[in-house]
Amino acid sequence: MKERTHALGGVALIVRRSLRQHALSTTVTLLATALASGLVMAVFSIQAQTYEAFTGGPAGFDAVLGARGSQLQLVLNTVFHLETSPGNIPWSLYTTLKNDRRVSLAIPYATGDNYMGYRLVGTTDEVFTKFEYREGAHFEVEPGGRFFDTTRREAVIGSFAASKLGLKPGDLINPYHGLTYSETSQHPEQYTVVGILKPTNTPSDRVIWIPIEGIFRMSGHVLRGTGEVYEARAGQSIPDEHKEVSAVMLKFKNPKTGFDLDMTINKQGKVATLAYPIGRVMAELFEKIGWVNRVLELVAYLVVVVATSAILASIYNTINERRREFAILRALGARRGTVFTAIVAEAGTIALIGSELGFLVYGAILATAAVAVRQQTGVVLDVLHAHPALCLTPLGMTLAGALAGVVPAVKAYSTDIATNLTPIS
Amino acid sequence: MPVLDVKDLKKEFIAPDGERHLVIDVPSFVVDPTAHVALQGSSGSGKTTFLNLLAGILLPDRGVITVAGECLTSLGESGRDRVRARHIGYVFQTFNLLQGYTALENVMLGMMFGRGADTAFARALLERVGLGARMNYRPRQLSVGQQQRVAVARALANRPKLVLADEPTGNLDQHHAGEALTLMREVCRENDAALLLVSHDRDILAQFEDVRQLAAINRALSSVATLGVRP
Repeated sequence: MKERTHALGGVALIVRRSLRQHALSTTVTLLATALASGLVMAVFSIQAQTYEAFTGGPAGFDAVLGARGSQLQLVLNTVFHLETSPGNIPWSLYTTLKNDRRVSLAIPYATGDNYMGYRLVGTTDEVFTKFEYREGAHFEVEPGGRFFDTTRREAVIGSFAASKLGLKPGDLINPYHGLTYSETSQHPEQYTVVGILKPTNTPSDRVIWIPIEGIFRMSGHVLRGTGEVYEARAGQSIPDEHKEVSAVMLKFKNPKTGFDLDMTINKQGKVATLAYPIGRVMAELFEKIGWVNRVLELVAYLVVVVATSAILASIYNTINERRREFAILRALGARRGTVFTAIVAEAGTIALIGSELGFLVYGAILATAAVAVRQQTGVVLDVLHAHPALCLTPLGMTLAGALAGVVPAVKAYSTDIATNLTPIS
Repeated sequence: MPVLDVKDLKKEFIAPDGERHLVIDVPSFVVDPTAHVALQGSSGSGKTTFLNLLAGILLPDRGVITVAGECLTSLGESGRDRVRARHIGYVFQTFNLLQGYTALENVMLGMMFGRGADTAFARALLERVGLGARMNYRPRQLSVGQQQRVAVARALANRPKLVLADEPTGNLDQHHAGEALTLMREVCRENDAALLLVSHDRDILAQFEDVRQLAAINRALSSVATLGVRP
């Protein structure tokens, strides 16, 4: 036992020296292992974080009521501010639900305009005073700003949009018609920026909030709440029956209400669509595109196979030139098992160091992906997000590397001492 | 009790033509503790094979080898490795130093498979052989004579009871060979190790009181000489 402990010191020295002696191949295999390890960790972490953000994340609402059509389109349009609106629904649906005792919060959204590519959402001030984007968390404005006055042409800018557009309180903006920016579709109405929201790390950070009345009265907009075209006039209030909204964001006092309304609106009604629960709707999307994740995982695993093969090949190729070294070690009293252990340990060490370096690759991939994902969706990926893959990947990679070392280790194990002690001429 | 006791040792090799050739046939061979014995044999006489058998590197076909009271021939491979690590030091003709390791690491490796690393003793050995200032040199950075001294220090690293030396001065000029041999004998003496040296160099052999002829102890020698292969 004592001799085995001593031999471990020898194994450590052999591994250290071999890694240094074969610095080039060691570096290449380290990079391959780091890439593989980082890729696997990044794929699993990004998958988990995006899934969580889109399906179980803090949407702040339980359901979305919108025009008859796709529930997914409705959720993407209103919760994640992606996609187009499937259409409008009469204002009366909003007031009905707002007055429903089972509903704790109903907030109307009117969409369809943008400013420099960032979406405008017309809504009520309840989005600031009552809506919680995360349990107990309301929107807050940065110092020096305030929420909009619903009777004025004022805008509150999400933090990401504000930083990208360089907007600050006091700036004036002219919205553009449509969801994509086009220079020729500018509305003449000018809005004053009155507040910048503090970051929420939600898709709302990419939104420009204005009073819903502003959308109704935007030049070129018409209302069809009664089925007939109605154009708002300055100085005149708009009758409720003409008003229409893109969606109504809902929060229920009891989850049962969602199922009841699902039955009433989706299965029996023909006017509107209720997307409930929001997480389920998004989960269906992820199920549909689940194959993409499988492909990404497969690619990551293939890179792991390539990396472990690189470890195997690089060490295997050194065995012939090291036969004399093994023979000398054996002549000094090293057991066959010690030589075998040294090679497996060398492979495992490369994999271990490589997978530790993999955290740098992981960080780089996640940081890059985080910028892209936030830019596109407003969802924020966290590099420090705890995921089992961050622990299991280095362990698995080290194990796979050590296993890859078994093949060259067997070759080293079988080295005959007497025939390899003389120098190779 | 002798430090090395060989009885009825036989070793055959199969030649490329498939024929079996007896290369070692030693009825009896004994080395007493702390004795310095020189074995004279010409090139191709089976000297290296004989030493490899004594070190447990090769397994005989027949016979008994006892080193420091442990019967090598009744042990398995790992048992022979253990005996070699604990009781035997080996100085090779080509020194067989590990090229990627420093002089100190070469000596330390000699310890790690036996009694365990003893840095102080490894340093003391290198100091003793005159390499105190070159402990961190790699073999390529040392002269041939210095490499030979590292090999001597490594052979004694585990405080062996028996040091086997296979033409240890074969790569040195006469002057350095004489110096190296003197040093080796002194260090063995200081560490109470017996020395069994094989050589065909008459000047080297002349320094030993106990010189034995391999031809006298190996009855298979005549057939080995005609074999023309080095096992």
